[in-house]
Amino acid sequence: MDATLISLGLNPMPAKIISMVIICLIVLIAFVTIGGVLTVVERRISGFMQARLGPNRVGPQGSLQWLADGIKLILKEDLIPDGADRTLFKIAPYFCLIGVFGTMVVFPWGSGVMVADLNVGLFYFISITALVVFGVLMAGWSSNNKWSLLGGMRAAAQIVSYEIPVGMGLLVPILFSGTLSMGGIMAVQGWAPWEWIVFQSPFTVMSFCIFFIGSLAEANRTPFDLPEAESELVSGYCTEYTGFRYAVFFLSEWANLFVLGGLTTAVFLGGGNLPDFLADYTFLSVLVYMAKVSVIIFVVIWLRWTLPRFRIDQLMNLSWKYLLPGAFVAFLGQAIYMLITQHIPAVQTTVAVLMFLVFVFILIRFFIRVRVNMREQQIPVNSPASDVPLT
Amino acid sequence: MKTLYNTFESDNIILSSLDYVLNLARANSMWYLLFSTACCGIELMQTGGPRADLERFGSAPRAVPRTADLMLVAGTITLKMAERVKILYEQMAEPRYVISMGSCANSGGLFQSAYSVLRGVDRVIPVDVYLPGCPPRPEALLSALIDLQKKVKKEHYFRKK
Repeated sequence: MDATLISLGLNPMPAKIISMVIICLIVLIAFVTIGGVLTVVERRISGFMQARLGPNRVGPQGSLQWLADGIKLILKEDLIPDGADRTLFKIAPYFCLIGVFGTMVVFPWGSGVMVADLNVGLFYFISITALVVFGVLMAGWSSNNKWSLLGGMRAAAQIVSYEIPVGMGLLVPILFSGTLSMGGIMAVQGWAPWEWIVFQSPFTVMSFCIFFIGSLAEANRTPFDLPEAESELVSGYCTEYTGFRYAVFFLSEWANLFVLGGLTTAVFLGGGNLPDFLADYTFLSVLVYMAKVSVIIFVVIWLRWTLPRFRIDQLMNLSWKYLLPGAFVAFLGQAIYMLITQHIPAVQTTVAVLMFLVFVFILIRFFIRVRVNMREQQIPVNSPASDVPLT
Repeated sequence: MKTLYNTFESDNIILSSLDYVLNLARANSMWYLLFSTACCGIELMQTGGPRADLERFGSAPRAVPRTADLMLVAGTITLKMAERVKILYEQMAEPRYVISMGSCANSGGLFQSAYSVLRGVDRVIPVDVYLPGCPPRPEALLSALIDLQKKVKKEHYFRKK
């Protein structure tokens, strides 16, 4: 882009700055829009799960609900509770925002579409998302409210604990691809499912599961949403927040969901890779990438409306007693597996295809089971009380 | 205090159309505070359920008064609870609205001659919509919400009242 601006007669230095600002704005607006739309998607899917409709009044099928919510939240009175630490209270939401939006620097939107392909991309990704915990803890501490403080403390304990299994889970793809750059990890994988990192061996499947569970906890999603457990802590760390600051928390939480899906897709599920004859169509690659991310996001929302919440001791047990040793086993296993099979690619391919077939088999069995259950229990699919008219 | 809420003196074309858009957004995003003290609360839960889905109108249940726009006072308010109602109302951020749901919240209802019952929640906090019924059906609550939306759409957000 800066080349275009130079050809228009600008000096190289201002051209570079202007093009950077434009790229930042594009990605920022994309993130805000995605974060907003995801709130509506979540509410619609929750409606679907509970045989309700969900928001459908604003815009076609309620798709502009997030704009209404956003405008309303900005228009609300801006309260700071008496006795709150005003400075910390004001800056806390922006730490959450920076923690999530900072990832857009290395966020892969498809193969070859990213703002900067840092050679320490994955490392940067994990480090910058750790800022969220500062925001949460700050918000909890500064609110001068015991529920906020408890929520903040829980969030800190939870996120710090789960960062370790997540990091260990990510070591396996790094081991496989030999690079920390997002572009590099995506380039190692192919377009076909058996070329994705997740299906390379039993150990990669294991590390994928550990990574996925851990990142659910890091994004404060149910079953790990203890920091904002409504039944115990009112609303956790954002209890005292209103108006725009609450909107910032809200937005960063749902943008975090997208970041979670994006990272999982890029690292484990082949990113936006296309077959060779389609490799020139960047737009198609973005579409493929977004499709995979949507599937992940759907699964995350599905889990949220299916599973009950963990207790705090169960949460800690899961992280330290099962996920972390599991991640170590996966890492060592993958290293040994790669050492043994490094000169026989035929074995690697066979194992990968086999893993993929097992996955497909489980998927088919799952859908058959769901259909049988529905037929046995006579559940009408998607008809919320259709026999009784709403008057 | 001079806030965004009452910045402008008089009416004009730009402010009217701005008001229209803002009111549309506000009316369609009435997050309600879960506040149920008696059997009306059961009907309130049903209104959130599949048959009469309150979330169609963009109303999400909130556990916190800080982010809620609408307080649904559902049920009998005792004199002891009245203080808490007032505190909760004061904790809500402007602009805030109240629906008084059911006879008990309207006037004390069946228990109005009891020594411990508040005779109508409007003695403590301002009420926007009164909803009769003992308890009112979910459909009635929906119509109360729609009435409130009509009221919100007629407001002048940026002008002094």
